[in-house]
Amino acid sequence: MKKLVNLSVNGDPYELFVDTRRTLLDVLRNELNLMGTHRGCDSGDCGACTVHVNGLPMTSCLLLSVDWDGADILTVEGLLDGNQMHPVQQALVKQGGVQCGFCTPGVVMNALALLKDNPHPTEVEVRAWLAGNLCRCTGYVKIVEAVMSIDGDMI
Amino acid sequence: MSQSSIIGQRIPKLDAPDKAMGLATYGHDIRLPGMLHGRILYSLYPHARLTHVDTSQAERLPGVKCVLTAADNPPTRFGFAKDSTPFKGDVVRSLQDEVAGVVAVDLDTAEEALTLISVEYEALPAVFTPAEAMVEGAPLIHQERGTNLFRSYKYNHGDVAAGEANSDVVVESSYRMPYVTHACMETSVVVAQFDHRDHLKLWSTTQIPFLLQRDLSEALGIPGSQIRIIQTSIGGAFGRGLDIYPYEPIVALMARKAGKPVRVAFSRWEEFTASPTRQPAEATVRAGANKDGLLTFRDVSISLDIGAYVSWGSVTPLVMMETTASLYQVAHVRFQANCIYTNNPITGAMRGYGNPQSTFFIETIMDQLAEALDIDPVTFRIRNANVPNSETPQGLIITSCGMKECLTAVAAAADQGLQWRDAPKEKRSKANVGDLTGRHTLNQLNEIRAIPSPKVKRGIGFASTLNVGGGARIYRSDGCGATVKVDDFGHVTLVTGSTEIGQGSETVLAQIVAEALGVTIEDVSVFNSDTDVKPWDVGVHASRTTFIAGNAAHLAALEARSQIFETAAELLNVEPARLEARGGIIWVRGDEDRSISMSKVVRRRHFREDGKVVVGDGWYDPPTKMVDKDTYKGNISAAYGFGSQMADVEVDIETGLVRVLRLVCANDVGRAINPMAVEGQIEGGAQMGLGYALTEELIVKEGKVLNPDFVDYRLFTTADMPEIETIIIETDDPGGPFGAKGVGEMGGTPTAAAIANAIYDAVGLRLTELPMTPERVLTRLEEEQNQ
Repeated sequence: MKKLVNLSVNGDPYELFVDTRRTLLDVLRNELNLMGTHRGCDSGDCGACTVHVNGLPMTSCLLLSVDWDGADILTVEGLLDGNQMHPVQQALVKQGGVQCGFCTPGVVMNALALLKDNPHPTEVEVRAWLAGNLCRCTGYVKIVEAVMSIDGDMI
Repeated sequence: MSQSSIIGQRIPKLDAPDKAMGLATYGHDIRLPGMLHGRILYSLYPHARLTHVDTSQAERLPGVKCVLTAADNPPTRFGFAKDSTPFKGDVVRSLQDEVAGVVAVDLDTAEEALTLISVEYEALPAVFTPAEAMVEGAPLIHQERGTNLFRSYKYNHGDVAAGEANSDVVVESSYRMPYVTHACMETSVVVAQFDHRDHLKLWSTTQIPFLLQRDLSEALGIPGSQIRIIQTSIGGAFGRGLDIYPYEPIVALMARKAGKPVRVAFSRWEEFTASPTRQPAEATVRAGANKDGLLTFRDVSISLDIGAYVSWGSVTPLVMMETTASLYQVAHVRFQANCIYTNNPITGAMRGYGNPQSTFFIETIMDQLAEALDIDPVTFRIRNANVPNSETPQGLIITSCGMKECLTAVAAAADQGLQWRDAPKEKRSKANVGDLTGRHTLNQLNEIRAIPSPKVKRGIGFASTLNVGGGARIYRSDGCGATVKVDDFGHVTLVTGSTEIGQGSETVLAQIVAEALGVTIEDVSVFNSDTDVKPWDVGVHASRTTFIAGNAAHLAALEARSQIFETAAELLNVEPARLEARGGIIWVRGDEDRSISMSKVVRRRHFREDGKVVVGDGWYDPPTKMVDKDTYKGNISAAYGFGSQMADVEVDIETGLVRVLRLVCANDVGRAINPMAVEGQIEGGAQMGLGYALTEELIVKEGKVLNPDFVDYRLFTTADMPEIETIIIETDDPGGPFGAKGVGEMGGTPTAAAIANAIYDAVGLRLTELPMTPERVLTRLEEEQNQ
């Protein structure tokens, strides 16, 4: 069964006729071709598909898109200013927090949510907040350093 | 060391911006016109005869393009031991055995079609441990082989009996290491497409594009010249892609039968259940030392469960043997390994390639020997350490070697953090750090440390590692090719045979090329993703890329530079030997006013009668040998990397929980071309090593993986990670590019042993089974109390 869903994604309005079983992740990747949001587990465990839904970070693989009619979605692509990186993205690149990069968009979105809520988190707060973003490459050291290096008041 | 501007700099990864912006293309992101979706049906039995496979209902489902079974297999077999076929026909030997495949217009239809395939099985008796598999009359996994023993490795140097006779202390212990898996964040993906000439183009998360080209040729029965492998951005590898696995020929067969491009992307469940794993192993180790604190002998016997089909993972005893025979100086060594087929999941290569297993038992035995001799564990290790410019009895030619420096550095770091002890034990090392060239970082995380309590005991432990750091000749060629092109605008393109899997090879290679040519890093792009374009390379494994691909890129850059200098010398009217280049400018040494831009030189060389473009070729195959097939001796690598770790742990004696507070990692990397990338390898390796030590285990019961998800297979998270301190030791290797050696696998190799030794220091228990879960620790604590 399909249903009509209206979504605002990165500021652009979309009217989509979507199978009721499709997750928000499916819609972003397969309907809107926004490949920056990654499918790592499809069960909400790895955090690679994290996007902002009405301003809150959520794993898009666990959200049925038809439940979010009218929602405001922000994905990793929505942070770009033309071809320029957002400060969170810049920090991860500069500090060496990106290796294979598959987890990175989810880390970017989740870290941004933290910094919006708490512009100057302690290291413990960063570690607790990012515990839902699995990374197999970096040992997280440089991811945490990158997030700690960002001035949350400037984003 | 020569003066340099780019070598040693913390250059951010060249592909990181695209990855951070969500713009990089991974295998999961490939969408081709007309592309169809494939799914694979796996066996329901770990060992059974297939009596009937009926696909007719599935074929009738609207949207299904074709269904494949063993009837679609080419007549050839593939794999390391030629024991596999794409789909399995008469017999299934594991729960991962591919019985059928479906190609459909979308995933939903393909999934539904799988449920419509009817398979009848006649269960066969199965074996799930090497011991069961080796019992006389045990069911055979591969009937035609007549035995479940795939291969035995027997190695010997010196005389173990004489070594034991000369020992003042002898210790013996048995160990058990679990199944673990790579758990790459991107699951395996293959996309296959045939063109009008019947040429195959295959996108894969492989690490061995050129060997895959050959292996696929064999598996599909089509010439290698008609196969082109493309690598996209790869979301982690760690050895997962070090072999051909059935899904690769399967997707090619699907594409051929459907006449359209086909994509198969593993679900996370498939990734946990149908991709290769690290071999579980059981080892018995006996070792001795004399009163002078010198090792006298080691005697290791190990059995490896290799699962139902053999891959390159069955060669890991070569590395276990290397740890046993050559980690520290030991005069008498015997090593024996049996690789045994079972009906368990397939095993393969995983970061460290046997070394995490062998380093766990060798380095815990080292601690036991030190204790038996009442010598401080660091002093004992330093006394027996490998030394520069030596040859081990196994034939490893060790050139640069910073093992003592690594041990000294972690011991010093340990002492700095020992304020928690009322009085540090007298016997603990107070070794001087000396003139270490390494970087020293300290991230204090006191806030997340456990609250001190009488129920929490604290201890520290040490372990070291020896790794190949200059390639590993396990294949007839250990070479890599490279081409460096400099265009009319001064832009440099490196085409390298090597593969980028997230480790940062493209950045390190670009730094090497930029340094050799005298241009900036911004001037260099790296191309590494297409077998039709790039020169041959054996693959990304064995911590070999910086050394091997680095040397090849260096040679190619030097050749391009000599072409440029030839023309520049004409233009500046000097000998080429007097020229220098930096930042894209060439000048005469000692007369810096006489200079010319590199791009101008290239144009002057190009746009004239009899003009030439600047292209340098490089090929590097290290001066190493394949080990002798009978004695297993020989110098397998052109350089060796060393590392030591110190783990500072707390053990909660009420819950059995082991918490690592601090992990100090010192590694001899020859020279850090990019210290940030080196740290990244060590820190990431530590995350895997910590998991291997404490949390990660694929629980396999009767051939079935019981925990195929991230909830039950626990990776360390940001909240679990201890403070990681990396210390880079630079020894300037004579054979490496700018003195560098490989570092990719060392980070996690000694971690489990260091933690096990720290647990002993804390609570007096020798844990010999991984992972050291609260349940295992508590059980041992209770056993101890009951005695």
